[in-house]
Amino acid sequence: MNLTIREALLAFRRAPLLSALSVTTIAFSLFVVGLFGLVAVNLQDALRGVAERVEIVAYLLPGTPIEPITLATKDIEAFPEVQSATYVSEDSALARARAELVEFRDVLQELERNPLPASIEVKLRPRFRDADHVNDVAERLRGFGFVDDVRFGRDWVEKLDRLRQVAAAVGLVVGAAFAVVAIIIIGTTIRMAVLQRSREIAIMRLVGATNGFIRRPFLLQGAIKGMLGGLVAIGLSYGAYTLINRWLIQASFFSNEQAVAIVGFGTLIGLFGSAASVGRHLRRV
Amino acid sequence: MIKFTNVFKAFPKGGLALKDVSFHIAKGEFVFLTGHSGAGKSTVLKLVYADEPVTSGEVRVSGFNAADLRPRDVPMLRRRLGIVFQDFRLLEDRTAEENVAFALEVTGARRSSIAARVMRVLTQVGLAAKAQAYPRELSGGEQQRVAIARALVNEPSVLLADEPTGNLDERATRGVFQLLRDINASGTAVVMATHDLDLVRQAPYRVIELQEGALVYDSAVDESRDQAATP
Repeated sequence: MNLTIREALLAFRRAPLLSALSVTTIAFSLFVVGLFGLVAVNLQDALRGVAERVEIVAYLLPGTPIEPITLATKDIEAFPEVQSATYVSEDSALARARAELVEFRDVLQELERNPLPASIEVKLRPRFRDADHVNDVAERLRGFGFVDDVRFGRDWVEKLDRLRQVAAAVGLVVGAAFAVVAIIIIGTTIRMAVLQRSREIAIMRLVGATNGFIRRPFLLQGAIKGMLGGLVAIGLSYGAYTLINRWLIQASFFSNEQAVAIVGFGTLIGLFGSAASVGRHLRRV
Repeated sequence: MIKFTNVFKAFPKGGLALKDVSFHIAKGEFVFLTGHSGAGKSTVLKLVYADEPVTSGEVRVSGFNAADLRPRDVPMLRRRLGIVFQDFRLLEDRTAEENVAFALEVTGARRSSIAARVMRVLTQVGLAAKAQAYPRELSGGEQQRVAIARALVNEPSVLLADEPTGNLDERATRGVFQLLRDINASGTAVVMATHDLDLVRQAPYRVIELQEGALVYDSAVDESRDQAATP
């Protein structure tokens, strides 16, 4: 095993230029994937922010006593889709209106009777914030006898749904395309490294090296190159993120898990790319 | 040790590289394999070290039958053979010592034993003083000695040499040939393919001659027949 490590490290020392070239190629391929990932992450963040405002409001008939409302609020909170259900009394609705609608403060001050109805404001759990579930919950709220009307931005929720679908489809297709391109470029780079050493491989076979013995240092080397490339790609992405954040828009960076996933992706491409290249080479000669 | 029985070998693009070749090389023998370029000398050696499959007939090499050889047996077979080529085939970015050690490392030899074994064979081929030199710093004859040391380090029972003096001047040729004779004298069989007839005449060894893929002369067979024919 330590012979494998020694041979793998020696290869870096013997061909520093080609090794650096491979790592750079892998790094930039993964950087492109990473940049796209950053866009996807930020788009998702933005959509999540918008979706948080999805809310269903059930307006209650005037004069409904508080007890059935409290019970109903508890029931609604027990719906699997529901994150929270908050009762807003007529008085607090007015107080909120006074605080929020500054322009109408005078009008609202002079009211003799509170025109605002009491309501139950329902927020859904994140994964239920789409048109179907919103409609479904709204329908159930209408079933309560003291509910006068149920409001939610139907058009708006539907548009949000559509946007999410487009974002997911584009993300999947473009992301897959970038990943495939990265795999092809990295595979070619690794193949070059194998071909550069084909004479050495032929000599190893002549002196009785097993295929496993020949393969192992290449696999380790491929994995190390992939990992280094992944780390450099994360560094480059972070640089790009810093620039975007300073000059363009407030953006967010990868979570630690996502960063580890990119480095892991690089390591795996390096490993499997080497395995495929060496395997093909060993079968051919 | 090495036994060919009615061996045929077809070229991939048609035609025969070897036609019905049969011979037996015993332990400790020195055999010249002669013939013009393209007569099939290298093909015979390639069949011995399992670089190419046999088309028909039987090839047996130190206990292995080429027909039953699985891919993973090939390295095991080659570890019992030493192979030397006209173009040396050394790793350019390793010293003489590292080139020889490499052949031991691939067999999984104990690391503690490697340095001593390498020095022993380098001494045997007369290159102990140049152990740290890279191939480009050595003359052709010296490079071939490194290649021979590498072939010997696994203590093979047979040394195969494909035109080992083909790239060498006369002086180096004599030196390398003498080295091969010494190696043979210590018990290792040597099969040397060459078209250098001067070399062949210098020594009283068995000669197998090939012509267009056919075995046309084997001194071991023909001479014993000649002797039997003479009263």
